[in-house]
Amino acid sequence: MTASTGNVELFPSIAQVVRALGGLIIDGSLLKHCVASLFRVTVGFYLAIVTAVPLGIVLGRYPTLYRIFNPVIQFLRPISPLAWAPFALLWFGIGDLPAIFIIFLASFFPLLIAAIDASANINPMYFQVGANLQLSRWGSFTNVILPAILPNIMLALRMTLGVAWVVVVAAEMIGMKSGLGFLIVDGRDALRLDRVAAAMVVIGLIGLVLDRIMRQLGTMESLRWKSEQK
Amino acid sequence: MSKNKILFDRVSLEYPKEPRGPKRWRNGENGSANGNCALVLENIDLAIQTGEFVSILGHSGCGKSSLLKIVAGFVKPTRGSVWIDEHQVQGPRADHMFVFQEGALFPWHTILKNVSLALNGLKDESERRQEARQYLELVSLEAYEDYYPHMLSGGMRQRAELARALAAKPDVLLVDEPFSGLDYLTRLQMREEILYLHGMLDKTTILFVTHDIDEALQLSDRVVIMNGPPGRLHSSRPIEVPHPRLLSSPVLNQMRNDIYHQLGVHVAL
Repeated sequence: MTASTGNVELFPSIAQVVRALGGLIIDGSLLKHCVASLFRVTVGFYLAIVTAVPLGIVLGRYPTLYRIFNPVIQFLRPISPLAWAPFALLWFGIGDLPAIFIIFLASFFPLLIAAIDASANINPMYFQVGANLQLSRWGSFTNVILPAILPNIMLALRMTLGVAWVVVVAAEMIGMKSGLGFLIVDGRDALRLDRVAAAMVVIGLIGLVLDRIMRQLGTMESLRWKSEQK
Repeated sequence: MSKNKILFDRVSLEYPKEPRGPKRWRNGENGSANGNCALVLENIDLAIQTGEFVSILGHSGCGKSSLLKIVAGFVKPTRGSVWIDEHQVQGPRADHMFVFQEGALFPWHTILKNVSLALNGLKDESERRQEARQYLELVSLEAYEDYYPHMLSGGMRQRAELARALAAKPDVLLVDEPFSGLDYLTRLQMREEILYLHGMLDKTTILFVTHDIDEALQLSDRVVIMNGPPGRLHSSRPIEVPHPRLLSSPVLNQMRNDIYHQLGVHVAL
């Protein structure tokens, strides 16, 4: 089942991929690359959450601000995060930061749009109830806005984490010296397509696990009201 | 009875029509002086006394709910004013609670948490839970305190909402067709519930918007009939029949027929 040009395997067999995977596990490099990628995704993703969600809530609740900032957002949003890679490398140098920055950009806009949309579309009746009960500003934030948007935010987090994971591999292919994306580039340069395939398998598996985790979070008791609502 | 609790002083309400909506009628045709506005309520004058249970009856779209929302402070009247205890209504307050038509419980909170939110004044969380439980007992929902609203039936949700409203210890309860989404039998049970609660809280003034004439006849001390649009007061009549009332009694039968007639319904019932 293997085609070849010269001595390069164009389609590494399953056995070869498993062997390459075993080799990467034994010499410890696979773990190192996985940790590097996951670290960048985690930091970039969290940075995006703590900035995009609050900003989205503010823009969602104040239509005037939204009208002012929306053109800027819609202008920046379609620019691929990877297009920023040259700048990221120049600004942040070699290391984790350029990749983190790119992950941040990739996660920021989907989360921002989801947060704006969710908080702008809260049923106004709930705010009337809150006003009637004389909830404080903080009270109506924690008892109305936050729980009301949480299901949408959780869904957006799940989808965005998937995107972030795709992007980290791409980011690591540009100028990184570690990570699963680097492993792929390194494998290509060494003409070790078995390693490339092994890295792809690991990327897929980790993506699957990340999605499982996010889906599990999505079934929390405090989110279930959304799917049960008629 | 004592002095007026709620006073409507020439209350009018106009809603701007959709800025970019389809053009409908031109100046004047809807009774409005301004062609860009739809007149919802026109010169409502009404006085309601402390502890009174007043039902407002009228066709859909006659502005009954808007009238109630003005008292709640959700909507500002275009002209005129509403006074509660000689204070002009200037926004929502916990001492005039609104009970919504559809489920207005926070779906993301348990029943107990929903009720305890009305107990803002108490700082101590366990004290709040304790008192919230008492209000759930009032509507026989104490066994369901940890349930989320979507796990309950429509009638139970409506009772939980009543419990939340009462927990705020309002002196005015504004009830907007609370049972219209419930099935017939549950609605009958809710009548009983409301009567029981009103009996317990004799100082609470209730303004009850409905289009169910039997509901109004069974529950209220006075029925106010509105017609429109634009919403105007048609008539107001007391029901001096002691509770429990037999709806098929000659007095109430006569009243029902009169009300149907005033509402412009002429089918034989």
